[in-house]
Amino acid sequence: MAGTPEKDAISGVETTGHEWDGIKELNNPLPRWWAIIFYLTIVWAAIYAIFMPAVPLFGGFTQGVLDWSSRGALSASMQEAVAEQKPYLDKIQSLSPAQIAGDRELAGFVQAGGKSAFLVNCSPCHGQGAQGSPGYPNLNDDAWIWGGTPEDINHTITYGIRNAHEESRQNVMAAYGRDGLLSPAEIDAVTEYVLSLSGRSGDPEAVEKGKPLFENNCVSCHREGGAGDTELGAPNLTDAIWLYGGSKAKIIETLTYGRAGMMPAWEGRLSDDTIKLLTVYVHALGGGQ
Amino acid sequence: MTDNRMVEAGPKRPAQSNPWLIGLLAIGGFLGLFLAAKAKDGVMEFHGYLFMAAAIAGIFASVSKAFDGPKAAPVERGPGVTYNDGVIRAGVIASMLWAVVGLLAGDFIAWQLVFPELNLDLPWTTFGRLRPLHTSAVIFAFGGNVLLCTSFHVVQRTCKARLAGGPAGWFVFWGYNLFIVIAATGYVLGVTQSKEYAEPEWYADLWLTVVWVVYLLVFLGTLRKRTEPHIYVANWFYLAFIVTVAMLHIVNNLALPISLFGSKSVQAFSGVQDALTQWWYGHNAVGFFLTAGFLAIMYYYVPKRAGRPVYSYRLSIVHFWSLIFLYIWAGPHHLHWTALPDWAQTLGMVFSVMLWMPSWGGMINGLMTLSGAWDKLRTDPVIRMFVLAIAFYGMSTFEGPVMSIKAVNSLSHYTDWTVGHVHSGALGWVGMISFAALYYLTPVMWERTRLYSLKLVNWHFWIATIGILLYITAMWVSGIMEGLMWRAYDAQGFLEYSFIETVEVKQPFNIIRAVGGLLYLLGAVVMAYNLWRTVRGDVAKEAEPALRPSVVTDAAPAE
Repeated sequence: MAGTPEKDAISGVETTGHEWDGIKELNNPLPRWWAIIFYLTIVWAAIYAIFMPAVPLFGGFTQGVLDWSSRGALSASMQEAVAEQKPYLDKIQSLSPAQIAGDRELAGFVQAGGKSAFLVNCSPCHGQGAQGSPGYPNLNDDAWIWGGTPEDINHTITYGIRNAHEESRQNVMAAYGRDGLLSPAEIDAVTEYVLSLSGRSGDPEAVEKGKPLFENNCVSCHREGGAGDTELGAPNLTDAIWLYGGSKAKIIETLTYGRAGMMPAWEGRLSDDTIKLLTVYVHALGGGQ
Repeated sequence: MTDNRMVEAGPKRPAQSNPWLIGLLAIGGFLGLFLAAKAKDGVMEFHGYLFMAAAIAGIFASVSKAFDGPKAAPVERGPGVTYNDGVIRAGVIASMLWAVVGLLAGDFIAWQLVFPELNLDLPWTTFGRLRPLHTSAVIFAFGGNVLLCTSFHVVQRTCKARLAGGPAGWFVFWGYNLFIVIAATGYVLGVTQSKEYAEPEWYADLWLTVVWVVYLLVFLGTLRKRTEPHIYVANWFYLAFIVTVAMLHIVNNLALPISLFGSKSVQAFSGVQDALTQWWYGHNAVGFFLTAGFLAIMYYYVPKRAGRPVYSYRLSIVHFWSLIFLYIWAGPHHLHWTALPDWAQTLGMVFSVMLWMPSWGGMINGLMTLSGAWDKLRTDPVIRMFVLAIAFYGMSTFEGPVMSIKAVNSLSHYTDWTVGHVHSGALGWVGMISFAALYYLTPVMWERTRLYSLKLVNWHFWIATIGILLYITAMWVSGIMEGLMWRAYDAQGFLEYSFIETVEVKQPFNIIRAVGGLLYLLGAVVMAYNLWRTVRGDVAKEAEPALRPSVVTDAAPAE
């Protein structure tokens, strides 16, 4: 109701005279501090727009007094970063992984760069401490499936294992049970023999039965006595290190269904320099040969 | 326990069913059946039948009303004015239910972030499908129903006019809630157009457009019928909310369906244009849905509850126009440091900073309206809730401009800080002012002299406040930590941390966040119980008479 303004008893301020459903309005002015800050933000916005890219025009926009661009700022800071790393990277390019590993001047750089690249690219499978998990090898120990020299490691990282790359490392652990190559009883015997290689079998009779079966089926890759062969990517079966687990049940599972873990080829995804850093980093983790 | 029902005795009058309404509903039912019959995918078929079922339910409802015999006419509130309060009551109930559903979904996905096993290995319960269910349930289902019912309440009372359009108000309510159900079931079944806060597919969008246009017409029609000379400030805000949301919704959802009988569509925009349109929409959903609409709630319910005049008419005009003019340009700040051209990033940033004072204008007007009534903070927990909401509004609208500054944004973007910012606005401002408004509205709508229990309101207030504080402080810490870890380089120029390490360190904070959310949900359950008992007409025996509220009903307006 368009009434007449009245004085509010509590604040002593006049109302506007409007009233809706019992709600009235006071005729207070704008708070001064509020208005001043509001004007200041407007002034600041205008100044910012003068200095920075701001106003769209036909076919472009005003670049601003500072002539700043996000693309330019990014490429400047990238160039700066690249320039700082350049002396190290130049040297790394000219050296082989083995030479890099022996270069004391490069040690700090390789350690930092290798670790960073490892955490971003490798840790999802091999773990942040390279400790591995079932199916993903621990890289800290001295057991190497495909070899632990800098050259071997470099090859594995570059081309990967059992992937589509032409140079990829390839082999097959057959599914002896599923494909009917061995009966369950024979698999049990071979398993006991394999356990005996690390001194863990409690069934001499089965070991005796398993020995000829092992020689006929397994020795071609795993070699005499299960010593393994890094040329073929066949693990050593005499130690306490097991990629898929060393319990009897796990070994039976491996023999029955086979194993075919995959590692991607990093060539093309990472630069050669980064792969070299990774090689040296992994080599230095503890078990490099 | 005493009864607190007020006597309601309107003159009886025979109810009538509307043949036009039934005809339209029948057409809708056939349309649903047609869609279901020709559907190219299972979800479309399901939604077709759902649509048909809703139309049939509508027909039953309007026919049974006609045969119900004479009903009590709405009580007259003023000279010659009767109000349509039924739809408001329905909206209060829907708001209450959706609040619990939406918060439950939110807290569940918060625990999923800590324990991924909670994805349950089922497609329907994965984080990706439940997250839009949470956001849509809290923003559009809970927030939307609160806005619907309060706008219908406020516009009738402050215009002294009955809601325009007869059954159109009911159509808006049921149509809107049908949209929510179509959207929510679609998410769970894997239908989405992958635009944040605009996930529903083209047919749900079209339906919402129809409902929204009717909403606008009902609102405008009521304003036109008003018997007051001026339009009250709350109605400016409601109108800005309705008009702008219509515009945002239509433009951002422009798409071409792959088939008229399939649930999938192709977006009209692509690349950075799509991103900019999306965040123009997204930011103004915050600005006009979650801000303008809820400021309208503040402008009516705070002065009513406090029994004090609005602090400054002039401030309400200046902050209204500056707010709606500036908000609409601020969206690009969601795309800082992306492919968006630099000039557009500048635009988003400077408009966001200029938005600071217009936002605070609303806070000042809300808080200063309480001058002369500050003593009620001690005695009335509903007033306390209003004050808390406005304080959080002030805090989030300061934090927002700060985060829009590019230097700050380069740290905060994509981190939990953003999540915390959103929730300080959503839980602190939108949630709390809605709860307070529902506490005011329920006794008024069901003609009760008071709420069932003010003690429970007080419990709700404290549980929710502790929940919000746990939530946002945890997100500040984890967000800033995560942002710093992402940009950490060692002396050799290599990244210090891998992504997975930044996820690991957030675990404890994610737990604190989920606990905070659980408390907030608990508060909403306490509210639902309290409101339910109020509707039933119960009054709790409470010790302190000092906790009695001031007059809260329309039935006895203050002189």
